[in-house]
Amino acid sequence: MSGPPISLSGITVLYGPKPAAAWPRVQAMAREGASIAAIRTATGHVPGLLDATLDLPAGSLCVVMGLSGSGKSTLLRCINRLVTPFAGRVQVGEVDVTALDVAALRAFRRTSAAMVFQHFGLLPRRSALENVAFPLRIAGKPPAAAHDAARAVLARLGLDAVAGEPVEALSAGMKQRVGLARALVTDAPVLLMDEPFGALDPITRRAVQDELKGLQRDLRKTVVVITHDPHEALRLADFIAVVREGRVVQSGAPDALMRAPADDHVAALLAAAQT
Amino acid sequence: MFPESLIIDIATPVTAALENFVAQSGDGFKEASKHVLGVLLLLESALRGAPWWLVILVIAALVFALTRRFAPTVTLAAATFLLGVLGLWDAAMQTLALMIAALIVAVIVGLPLGVLLARHNRLRAFTLPVLDAMQTLPSFVYLVPALLLFGLGKVPALLATVIYALPPIIRLTDLGLRHADPDAVEAADAFGATPTQKLFWVELPLALPSILAGLNQACMMALSMVVVAAMIGARGLGEQVLLGIQRLDTGRALVAGLGIVVLAILLDRLTQATVRAVSAGSK
Ligand SMILES: Nc1ncnc2c1ncn2[C@@H]1O[C@H](COP(=O)(O)OP(=O)(O)O)[C@@H](O)[C@H]1O
Ligand SMILES: [Mg+2]
Repeated sequence: MSGPPISLSGITVLYGPKPAAAWPRVQAMAREGASIAAIRTATGHVPGLLDATLDLPAGSLCVVMGLSGSGKSTLLRCINRLVTPFAGRVQVGEVDVTALDVAALRAFRRTSAAMVFQHFGLLPRRSALENVAFPLRIAGKPPAAAHDAARAVLARLGLDAVAGEPVEALSAGMKQRVGLARALVTDAPVLLMDEPFGALDPITRRAVQDELKGLQRDLRKTVVVITHDPHEALRLADFIAVVREGRVVQSGAPDALMRAPADDHVAALLAAAQT
Repeated sequence: MFPESLIIDIATPVTAALENFVAQSGDGFKEASKHVLGVLLLLESALRGAPWWLVILVIAALVFALTRRFAPTVTLAAATFLLGVLGLWDAAMQTLALMIAALIVAVIVGLPLGVLLARHNRLRAFTLPVLDAMQTLPSFVYLVPALLLFGLGKVPALLATVIYALPPIIRLTDLGLRHADPDAVEAADAFGATPTQKLFWVELPLALPSILAGLNQACMMALSMVVVAAMIGARGLGEQVLLGIQRLDTGRALVAGLGIVVLAILLDRLTQATVRAVSAGSK
């Protein structure tokens, strides 16, 4: 089963107490090309994304890159609606995520989009096995069946030996492998990863990156990886999107971006990756 | 001299309001107090009726299960034994029963309140100063309304103890929840947990070390009320201290005071061992 295409169109996210009231002012300033910082000072609201539009191809490993604060995490969280867009539409395959009600959204998260976090987001005193079984348990699967499924995923990632260990006893690299196993256990066709290698040392980082690429060859999920590291972007990506100041400035295959960068910012980011 | 005309009389209306309240719903409180008393007496008779060696054995087993070390196990068993040697066994068991009952009530009331505070910033901004005031207000002030509502006896003593034990539990539940690893909490949402699942599977377990630290503080607060509680009929070690004071019997007061210290050490080490057992390894 190959992952679905993901399409974000005209997404705006406004962080702040009264987004609807601030919106006209934010919009006017944005049209004049004001910076995020200027908009924040003037309106007391931060546009996490400003009219961002992006189409991610089905079944590919997509990397979203940009400087910190550019809106990468916000963009990723719009896909499973951990952040609700103020305006715009998110489409995952046939599903209009922005239109789901609470129950349907919960079902979507349980079955269709799994997530991996920079700082793992595991339960430290529970075993690796229990952590991996967690998504199935909250979806109502009985403990024995959930543990069997979790054990199978752990075995696939070569983690059998640590299944019984409390997660807090594991190294950062092992923790993130457990985090990856937890995201694979539901067989969700979409995998969202927010700087998944950010907390790992360089050697472990390369190893886990290679494992992800290996897995993806079989799984063909639609994977969205956030990074601010250009090297990482080029190592992983079938498809790259560059985010800057809340907007998607360019997206496409890595060599297409390389051949024709849309602006100096993109050119500078890609040049950094080749040094 | 402060001008008489500017003085606002608060005491009279407050007294009147309370008396009115007692006249109207005092019976209901007395009725409720009977049930609470029943539970408290059950606990008390269990502790006082149990053979002394069994109580020591249970405490030792508890300490060993939590610490897996012999030194604290032997020390705390010996401390409990000392209570008997000092001639305070029965009084200590009475006080222990009151402490346990007060802590149970404080957890039942405080934990949900802590969860509420962690969820609602406004409520917290308003409640935290109230909790400070609760702990700062001299404890005797609570005794009058407690006496009027429940009469003399163990129930108002329990109430006064709970009021002192409550704030640290509320405060540290709130703190633990707000400091729970944001990635883990977000992960629960990302995998489609309901708010209840998120609370019980992720947030409360992450907050547990903090909650238990609150329980430890609550123990100490509750023990600081032992003598005051005895004034309104709690008996136990506090009563021994009071008797010592009334009869100017220094020895008696001192020995009973010592008993309270031993009990404090016992409860402190037990709850601290629980904190450590639960957060073992996590830094
Ligand atoms: N919960 C929030 N409340 C207010 N501002 C936020 C919040 N989350 C993110 N922001 C702001 O939105 C902008 C984009 O943030 P983010 O998506 O986290 O960027 P990135 O992941 O690229 O570093 C930043 O300016 C950030 O400060
Ligand atoms: Mg980020």
